Amino acid sequence: MHTVVLLKMVPDVVEELEVAADGRSLDTEFLRLILNERDNHALELALLLKERHGGKVTAVAFDAPEVDEVLFAALAKGADRAVKVTGAEPGLSTRTAAYSLALVLPTVDGLLPADFILAGCQAIDDLDGMMAPLLAQEMKLPYLGLVSSVTLDSADRKATVQKEYAGGVHGEFEVRLPAVLGIQAAEKPPRYVPVAKVRAAMKSQTIEVAPVPTLANGGEAAFHVLSMAKLEAAGHAEILEGTPEEIASKIAEVLVARGVL
Amino acid sequence: MAGNLWVVAENWRGKVSDVTFELLALGRELADGLGVSLEAVLLCHQEKEFTRDLGAADTVLFLDHPSLAEPTAESYGAALAQLIQERKPQGVLVPLSNVSWDWVGVLPAMLGAPYLNFCKDVRVVDGKIEACCLLYGGKMEARVASASPAILGILPGARPAANGRIQKQASVEEVKVEFEKTPEVTFKQYIEPEQGGVDITQQPVLVSVGRGIGSQDNLAIAEALAAALSGAVSGSRPVIDQGWLPLSRQVGKSGATVKPKLYLAVGISGAPEHVEGMKNSELIIAINTDPQAPIFQVAHYGIVGDAMDTLSALTEELQKASARKGA
Repeated sequence: MHTVVLLKMVPDVVEELEVAADGRSLDTEFLRLILNERDNHALELALLLKERHGGKVTAVAFDAPEVDEVLFAALAKGADRAVKVTGAEPGLSTRTAAYSLALVLPTVDGLLPADFILAGCQAIDDLDGMMAPLLAQEMKLPYLGLVSSVTLDSADRKATVQKEYAGGVHGEFEVRLPAVLGIQAAEKPPRYVPVAKVRAAMKSQTIEVAPVPTLANGGEAAFHVLSMAKLEAAGHAEILEGTPEEIASKIAEVLVARGVL
Repeated sequence: MAGNLWVVAENWRGKVSDVTFELLALGRELADGLGVSLEAVLLCHQEKEFTRDLGAADTVLFLDHPSLAEPTAESYGAALAQLIQERKPQGVLVPLSNVSWDWVGVLPAMLGAPYLNFCKDVRVVDGKIEACCLLYGGKMEARVASASPAILGILPGARPAANGRIQKQASVEEVKVEFEKTPEVTFKQYIEPEQGGVDITQQPVLVSVGRGIGSQDNLAIAEALAAALSGAVSGSRPVIDQGWLPLSRQVGKSGATVKPKLYLAVGISGAPEHVEGMKNSELIIAINTDPQAPIFQVAHYGIVGDAMDTLSALTEELQKASARKGA
């Protein structure tokens, strides 16, 4: 069994974000990029599938700052191959990224057919679509999103897949393989890998490089960002200040006034 | 002639979802602004009675087929893509909910049409549709114009649902639908959440914790405060993902929608998926180290700083007050 997992670098929103001078995009100068949280769950699910059923896992990511570290970490966690897609424009839209991946994945030796292609169900910068469904459609593969567990029935080339609805309700589906799944959460928290193991992977393993074959703009849809703005800091809330004790007493006053206490 | 404005209705497990009425309320504003008709699209199997709920629309396009009993990407996506190609609406409002998630994801690619995600609002500016999209976990908003037909993924809460519940029978047009392919994704069953334990939707007070509490050990501090307030502890997605709290305690898109008298958000940044589950709480107090955290957009009171110190101080304050009362 072979699982391809797509990893995407996104801005770390714990950091302060700024608008670029053009007024329409994110200032990337001091931007710290991290692995999209949902993609980390997709990687975990891929590794769990490998542990249960054997086979291999290939991690694929577009070139971006810090991406080598993320790909080596994937190898250190148990992925068998890591592929970096190069030559794409920076700041690629999700739509164009899906289109480009549909072109590049078949060009990588031994990558396809994969039984599963996994990606996080969404990313915080998905302005024009979500990767998993867009790629599924480009590759003419079945798709299910918001997935939280996968059970393989390899003899029948099918999988039983659970996805999340609202209020803690899950839905169970049977999916023909190969399939693309958008992952909400793995069955376990993503595993931790010590820095020493990542360093060891950097010494002993390599990241393969796959250039985007053409930079055709086939997936780009016609939309135009007119402006981008930071939401006003604490725009709505009345801010309480002071020592923890002073704040506690102010909160207690509010709770009494509002009839909570 | 410019096309009409569409709202795709969401019905799930025997009822029309609230988000449908929110979209109808928004759709009515946009259709009036554009001077076109508002059409609701209802996809279902043998649930024609739902057309009666969609009175905010001028017309309901009604599609009935066994394959439309569950909202899968294949069936809903294919049916909508075909209908949009035939009728050419200029804008299609679709709900960005977990129920509709899969078909919303594939529809733009099936159609080859532009799609805008995370729309918190849509307006008509100079006769054209313009969306306001929440990006980067709700920290930035982008104003975006789109070519037609624009498929717009609308976040829950864009308008009050009550504004879209109109007691009027819209005219109903039955639309024939056929599917060529055998489905590759087959619905099997719904799995209900495990019963038992605390029902967070019934609690008067929720002390809700997020990634910002730092470690599982700090849960005890939140538990102590919740006990002092006669409430319970709930959490946002990252805390559930880490296994610090069970799924039954999750507030937000996949979890519960809550409306307690007090919602104390501790170390929760306030991503749109979380906010949709708690924004209607009567009193919201948020504590976060990041002054830019979107949670402060919905909170009534905010504290910028370390949560744990404040929680401990508050617990002590409440215990003192209760001792004074008792004395």
